[in-house]
Amino acid sequence: MPEPGRPSAASELRRREPGLIPWSAHLKRLPWWALFLLLLGVALVYAILSRPNYTDAFLFIVPGLRVTILVTIIAFLISLVIGLIVGLGRISTNPIAYNIATFYVEVVRGIPMIVIIIYVAYVLVPLFVAMVNGIGAFILRTPFLAFMASVGHSLAAINVVNIDPMARAIAGLAFGYGAYEAEIFRAGIQSIEKGQMEAARSLGMSYVQAMRFVILPQAFRVILPPLGNDLIAMLKDSSLISVLAVRDLTQLGKLNRSRTFRTFETWNTVTYLYLSMTLLGSLGVKWLERKMKSGER
Amino acid sequence: MVNDSVSDNIIEVRHVSKRFKHVEAVRDVSLNVRRGEVLFIFGPSGGGKSTLLRCINRLETVDSGEIIVDGVRVTDPHVDIDAIRAEVGMVFQLFNLFPHLTALQNITLAQEKVRQRSREEATEIAHRLLQRVGLPDKANAYPGQLSGGQKQRVAIARALAMNPKIMLFDEPTSALDPEMIKEVLDVMLDLAREGMTMVVVSHEMGFARAAADRMIFLESGRLIEEGTPEEIFSNPKEERTKAFLSHVLY
Repeated sequence: MPEPGRPSAASELRRREPGLIPWSAHLKRLPWWALFLLLLGVALVYAILSRPNYTDAFLFIVPGLRVTILVTIIAFLISLVIGLIVGLGRISTNPIAYNIATFYVEVVRGIPMIVIIIYVAYVLVPLFVAMVNGIGAFILRTPFLAFMASVGHSLAAINVVNIDPMARAIAGLAFGYGAYEAEIFRAGIQSIEKGQMEAARSLGMSYVQAMRFVILPQAFRVILPPLGNDLIAMLKDSSLISVLAVRDLTQLGKLNRSRTFRTFETWNTVTYLYLSMTLLGSLGVKWLERKMKSGER
Repeated sequence: MVNDSVSDNIIEVRHVSKRFKHVEAVRDVSLNVRRGEVLFIFGPSGGGKSTLLRCINRLETVDSGEIIVDGVRVTDPHVDIDAIRAEVGMVFQLFNLFPHLTALQNITLAQEKVRQRSREEATEIAHRLLQRVGLPDKANAYPGQLSGGQKQRVAIARALAMNPKIMLFDEPTSALDPEMIKEVLDVMLDLAREGMTMVVVSHEMGFARAAADRMIFLESGRLIEEGTPEEIFSNPKEERTKAFLSHVLY
């Protein structure tokens, strides 16, 4: 029983506890994990600068950075275009558009990304080339299309073997991620109140105008952070294109290991390079999220 | 209802029915609105008032019957509905202002995209309308920075900017705090005095008394009674109208 005028034992403890170690409240709040990570990063940079095995691995692997970033950015931009079109199809009242879009989304989301990449690279791309070849042959066969003969020749002459693995990799990643982007676009558009579309249409705007000037600008705010997350996810998944022997970070890592048998040095370097990009990226997304929230009106 | 002079009726609703999954929202309603007339629709919630109003600019499609607005059969699926909607202004219960645009941009957007006016012309019209609804200094405010009554007045200005032939009001004051209702009703009263054709769904009986030419009582989707405000308020013919009025008037 606490006596009147004297603090209870519990409140005494609460009051005294933080004093046991100076600054303990602040120390508890410090992001130790980030400091530890930073420390590891500094150690690795030091190793790369000072130890020949690390320097060698780094110099061999680092050109893969360019490939990884290039493939990711191009594939991401294409997947955004696919995502917007398919996302609009998913909310369309037109049964043909809806069903084609939904078929694509459900099929692609049900397949592992690595299988999609392989499938696009070795099945869909050859199929597409065969189709283009067929169109070329058709032009050449048809007398009244003779004026297009040069186009026909060049279409018929395209050889699957000459399609660059990097182009196939980009197609695979974009095709795979388009389905996920589509769902983000769909959710973003559906998060906008129904009254917005009604107000725009009641003013005489067409569906396309209402989408473009009223719905999409608002949906964009909602969509931006999840799109940023998907960009980071795609950066990581771009490592899968090493199965097509595209010389990205991961592929160069594999090559370096079999060249030098320096497993530790190789994969420490690869991991470090990926992490420095993804951690920076997720900081960017957090900033974006805060900005979008504060910008809400 | 006598219907001798067709050209005089800017809205004709003929035997319209509309059902949602489990409710018949509108059942066989017919009515006409003359040019320059203020028609006031009232009745209990869920009685089909809003649904009927939304059928007029085809925000809802009818199941049967037809609606003719300014000589055009809006219930015909092949009709260019965008062209008709540009002539029919609508004000919503929840304002539905575009939150990513300023008050001014809310008013200029459709003028530029639908009426093809230049930015300068649209801006000038918008400023004039903001003045008219009593918000000349709110041009650059975003909807989030406005009170409910101010939002609704901007929404009215947005609809007026299209120079509509008809204005539809869907419970324009139901979402407002009491002290803001008057500022919106004042704008609507002005509009009525200037001869705008208006169809108003509302519970504001004071507005009906002051501005309505005719009143319609809807209950369970049926048109129960129709008459001038004097007839409805002092001598309602139907028991249900009487009962409803005795609940809302005091």
